[in-house]
Amino acid sequence: MHWTQPFAAIGAAVLGMFSGLGVFGRFCLETARATFDLRTWGPLLVIQMRRLGVDSLPIALFLAVFTGIVLALQASYTFTGAIPLYFVGTLVGKTMMLELGPVLAGLALSGRIGANIAAELGTMRVSEQIDALETMAYDPMAYLVVPRILAGILMFPIIVVFANTVGIIAGWITAINMLDMSTEQFVRGLRLFYVPFDITYSVIKSLSFGLVITLIGCYQGFNTMGGAEGVGAAATRAVVVAGMLILALDAFWAMVLL
Amino acid sequence: MSIELQGVHKAFGPKQILRGLDLHVNEGETLSLVGFSGAGKSVTLKHIAGLLRPDRGIVRVDGKEVPKLPRDELYDLRRGMGYVFQFAALFDSMTIAENLSMGLLKKGGMTEAQIRDRVAESLDLVELAGFENRLPSELSGGQRKRAGLARAIAFRPKYLLYDEPTSGLDPVTTTVIDRLILKMKKELGVTSLVITHDMGSAYSISDRIAMLYEGRVIETGTPDEIRATKNPFVRGFIEGEPELIEAAEAAAAKS
Repeated sequence: MHWTQPFAAIGAAVLGMFSGLGVFGRFCLETARATFDLRTWGPLLVIQMRRLGVDSLPIALFLAVFTGIVLALQASYTFTGAIPLYFVGTLVGKTMMLELGPVLAGLALSGRIGANIAAELGTMRVSEQIDALETMAYDPMAYLVVPRILAGILMFPIIVVFANTVGIIAGWITAINMLDMSTEQFVRGLRLFYVPFDITYSVIKSLSFGLVITLIGCYQGFNTMGGAEGVGAAATRAVVVAGMLILALDAFWAMVLL
Repeated sequence: MSIELQGVHKAFGPKQILRGLDLHVNEGETLSLVGFSGAGKSVTLKHIAGLLRPDRGIVRVDGKEVPKLPRDELYDLRRGMGYVFQFAALFDSMTIAENLSMGLLKKGGMTEAQIRDRVAESLDLVELAGFENRLPSELSGGQRKRAGLARAIAFRPKYLLYDEPTSGLDPVTTTVIDRLILKMKKELGVTSLVITHDMGSAYSISDRIAMLYEGRVIETGTPDEIRATKNPFVRGFIEGEPELIEAAEAAAAKS
């Protein structure tokens, strides 16, 4: 091996990274430009809101139910003998709204929505359907990307608000049936440290997660190369990258807003 | 009203595909571009539709330089151009009628009834009348190609770009598609560029044939001129004789 080879490899990796960032930046700019083409994406928005939002609700609520149950039981286990039991309501409410509601729904839906978008657009790319759209004078960014991203941004906070509510209800039902707590005690704890900003924080986080999941899914799908293997790889990348960004954004919002 | 490419170069990473391609398709003629797989035939077609931009050179359609057109003008130009994809590229989730209507809806200026009539008329031209409500997955390979052609002609374009319209088809379906290409020229008066490696098709549908080799057009002529050519690369290709090509390559390397 020539002594310059490691340097060449590092150089190639750095160039590749900057080139990738450039392609992604251009994709974002093209998406922003296409948002002005309301005539193309307008009629498709409701369809995507149903597909990405309403159809994702069952999985988000399923997760929320079990998260609420576990939170109530673990809080009781931790607090017994040291902290008044009504703090179970505080922990369930705060944890669902500030952290687990948005993050668990985000991670689950990066799998469902992100992979779905990447696979769908990736298949359209490799089978030349995106080229076909272009030849019919459709802007593929306005037709395919913008409605999906807007649907993600609009629907994700709604999904998370539902998930938070269902998780808290599950925690309450668990508390009154399994923890020897009354509804008054649970509600007292729930209201103790509640501030309206908790909901705002949850919504801001979920907006950013909705953007990241759909944007990464669309980007990976649009840049798919090869056949079935390329589509599979794009779907995997969409889930992994969106998952990592969700966790990074989670820490970012905690640092900036709390 | 013609298609013109001058000195077009295109590379993908380190791989140089087009190396100074010159090609001219006259108004109303059908020109077949033949060549080996991977020679850059589809890449040439995508340059004409503005789906790819050349690294160097000129691509002109209707006297307009395609890569320099602003988005709106490029879309206007594409509305006069039908593109028949190799694997049809029909939208899987839509019926055949919806596939055909999409371009017409975007173009605007037609009522729903007019669009419905145009769809039926286009399907009739490719002998798929009554297939409006079928999904692409319910069609055979040949029917899908014909549906792709119907979608391309629904616009009533001035130009038709065919990307290997007969590849993977049986001889009878190939003849059906060849006849359709001739019918499009006769009934719609379109200017056509056909990408193919099927010499039988090229001879039967073309006014002229051009051979693409190593990123350049090395020979252009009428079907009779191509049949009689002495160019060893073209001879090797049309006769399916790799030895002729290898000998010509060896001779070229020596000189």
